[in-house]
Amino acid sequence: MNEYWSDIFNGSKSLITGLLITAREFCKPVVTERYPYEVPTMTPLFRGHIELIGNEETGQPNCVVCGLCQRACPSTCISLEGKKAESGKGKVLTRYILDFTKCSLCGACVESCNFNALQFSKEYNLASFDKNDYIIDLLKRLEDQNQCKQ
Amino acid sequence: METSIWRALLYLVGIMAFAGLNAAYLGWCERKGAARIQRRVGPTEAGWAGLAQPLADGLKLMSKQLLVPDGVDSIIFRVAPVLAMIPAITSMVVIPFSGGIEARGMELSVLLLFALASLSMIAILLGGWASGNKYAIISSARAVSQNLAYEIPMLLTVITIVMISGSMNLREIALDQQGGFWHWNIFRLENGHFVIMWISFIIFFICSIAETNRAPFDMTEAESELVAGYMTEYGSMGFGLFMMGEYLNMVVGACLTTVLFLGGWDCPFGKTPGVWWFLIKIYILLFTVIWIRWTYPRTQIYRLLNLSWKILIPFSLAILIITAALIKVF
Amino acid sequence: MTVPVNLRHDETFVLNLGPQHPATHGVLRVKLTMDGEYIVKAEPVLGYVHRMHEKMAEAGTFAQFMPNTARMDYLHALAFNHGWALVVEKAAGIEVPERAEYIRVITVELNRIASHLLWWAAFLLDLGGFTPLLYAFDDREKIIDLLERVTGSRLTYCYMRFGGVCNDIDDEFISGTRAFIKRLRSRMPRLYHDLVTHNIILIKRIKDIGIVSKEQCRRYGATGPVCRGSGINYDIRKNEPYSVYPEFDFDVPVFDECDSMARYMVRMHEMEQSLRIIEQALDKLPDGPVMGKAPKMLKPEAGYYYSAVETARGSFGHRLVCDGGKNPYKVKLRSPTFSNLSLFGEVAEGMLLADALAFMGSLDLVIPEIDR
Repeated sequence: MNEYWSDIFNGSKSLITGLLITAREFCKPVVTERYPYEVPTMTPLFRGHIELIGNEETGQPNCVVCGLCQRACPSTCISLEGKKAESGKGKVLTRYILDFTKCSLCGACVESCNFNALQFSKEYNLASFDKNDYIIDLLKRLEDQNQCKQ
Repeated sequence: METSIWRALLYLVGIMAFAGLNAAYLGWCERKGAARIQRRVGPTEAGWAGLAQPLADGLKLMSKQLLVPDGVDSIIFRVAPVLAMIPAITSMVVIPFSGGIEARGMELSVLLLFALASLSMIAILLGGWASGNKYAIISSARAVSQNLAYEIPMLLTVITIVMISGSMNLREIALDQQGGFWHWNIFRLENGHFVIMWISFIIFFICSIAETNRAPFDMTEAESELVAGYMTEYGSMGFGLFMMGEYLNMVVGACLTTVLFLGGWDCPFGKTPGVWWFLIKIYILLFTVIWIRWTYPRTQIYRLLNLSWKILIPFSLAILIITAALIKVF
Repeated sequence: MTVPVNLRHDETFVLNLGPQHPATHGVLRVKLTMDGEYIVKAEPVLGYVHRMHEKMAEAGTFAQFMPNTARMDYLHALAFNHGWALVVEKAAGIEVPERAEYIRVITVELNRIASHLLWWAAFLLDLGGFTPLLYAFDDREKIIDLLERVTGSRLTYCYMRFGGVCNDIDDEFISGTRAFIKRLRSRMPRLYHDLVTHNIILIKRIKDIGIVSKEQCRRYGATGPVCRGSGINYDIRKNEPYSVYPEFDFDVPVFDECDSMARYMVRMHEMEQSLRIIEQALDKLPDGPVMGKAPKMLKPEAGYYYSAVETARGSFGHRLVCDGGKNPYKVKLRSPTFSNLSLFGEVAEGMLLADALAFMGSLDLVIPEIDR
């Protein structure tokens, strides 16, 4: 019998406490960010899809077409080709395609590169209706970025 | 009482407008209220502050195809949502919004309201059964046992009020409480009733939440267990009508609570009675119902029935007997 | 509800708590044979999310398996990263610098709190309370923002490497974490305990529901909060210590009631203990490198290696079989939720449907981890 009355009494107390807590939260300001009116900025280490790093003066990619990134990738997203350089030494990059539909943003490619040729971009707005938008041509992206800088 | 056709038409249009606006905009209030409790904004894109959102939702629901699955009972399936709306709108005919605004007062309006409430329970039962879906049938079975259990304390409390006021006419009950908040039935400072009437109010309020299947008593539409309960098979306006019926039942419940306990259209200090006080009171009650919904989790079916049979019914019976004794003695 | 019921075994119907359902956390199918609202027989059917992670491990090198570990249990991904790093370091004999160990512990414990917050939110959502979800996600957002500063990802982290971690933490992370600890400690008593834990509706809903005896736990091999809620004091961090956990002073909450309330309280207390661990780790954080010496192409000696970590759901074990080549020969992943879910078939008999769902919620299931 005691349990019956203590249930009613303590139960009602807990219910009223709950109501007061939600009432207090009702009066506090909103914590959400009103996207797309308020856009977030990405942190420096944010992992968007990878992009090529260009040389400071010439704007050409640092890549020497060693193929380490292609071998390190667990999902075989990267395909790259190069041709012999005009000076005779080494290779020059002619094509670098990233298949982002398979990429898991693990970072193995960025870490495996010894020539500082790859970095993570800050792209997060990646919604599209077409699958071909995700087959990213990174050389073209680098050229567009160079043009924007000029 | 005048019986001109214009009065009838005016009331018809007025009640339909009141019912329609409430059904639509109570949904808006709920979404905004829930959002603020959860510290986010609710709908904001459709119209200023999201006020056109109910219109957008209504248009969307009307444009969908009314899918009637194969194994359903064709007549009952189509009739059930309409049956859910009818009692709620019809109940508004007898509710006195103020001293002069009442569509048709009758001597037994309390009895009429409770008869119509049972009718809306049948609509849920029919909707769930006609769907032919196992989830829907489980949900209707729960709804019937819940509504049955909670009608009893509700009626016992109303009998107490009827004993104090001496009439079953809602208008008379409201008139009995005019003159300031100390005359209201919830406080009732004469004859020693004030000790127990507020308990009666709380019991009635809990029962009205349970009757309209609102959280924390909404196991019939428990989303995480039964998908949508009795409404699972309904699309488009069938679903829309059930939702509107639920909101209108809430409004009728709030109106009934106001008239029975809070003095109807009376000002708390007795100065300027009018229909605006009635509206303020029902909206405060509706806000409290929304507030309660977004604070608590759902109860379990046997706890729900325990609450009714073991706690609410003994208390309301005790209050009935004490009130009868007080009336006899004083 | 512990009253035994006479179940009529001849008048039953089969209800499919189907693969698509709001309450089964993931793609889980449970075939329920029901008598009215009582469950006569429950049979979980698994395999809808089987993605052959163990086979993928055999197809690539050791380092190429690291992103897979985060996809198994995405809620406590860093612990799975940690487990794989530990077993490969054991196999190849790689040393990890101290600062890297401390950073690993800090990030894993932050992730544990995030996982428990999401469990709390989803459990209450199943029971019908929508608001606590938003309050928990407010706190969880802070954790995820902190981890994003350091690792670059928000949910599926690929942060640990063999020999350490790939990025160092900066002062903003440390001050942000301290601010978060203070904030969560101030919000816990009011928003978590007053609003929910002491609420009479919740107490009546989960007390004495889903009683799992000690013996049943042992038979099915349940670990984590499930076994600690039944009185078995077993935590890998204390019983088979790894990394730098022996240097921290923390308690392992154990409750004896064996019901869903006990499992709930175990997880709430675990959150508080994780906060303690993070505080101590931040105080003792040494300087130094974050990456030890590890060869680019790992070729461990042939043999069998086993290592287990304590994740939010229980003990996750990796059994690695190496044959001397650069790919693992076989990886066996021992998933804790698989053993926890096996309890469901036996315990759910005779329960009401809503009670069974409350019990499933208290087991904290993540189906991709079961199916791997």
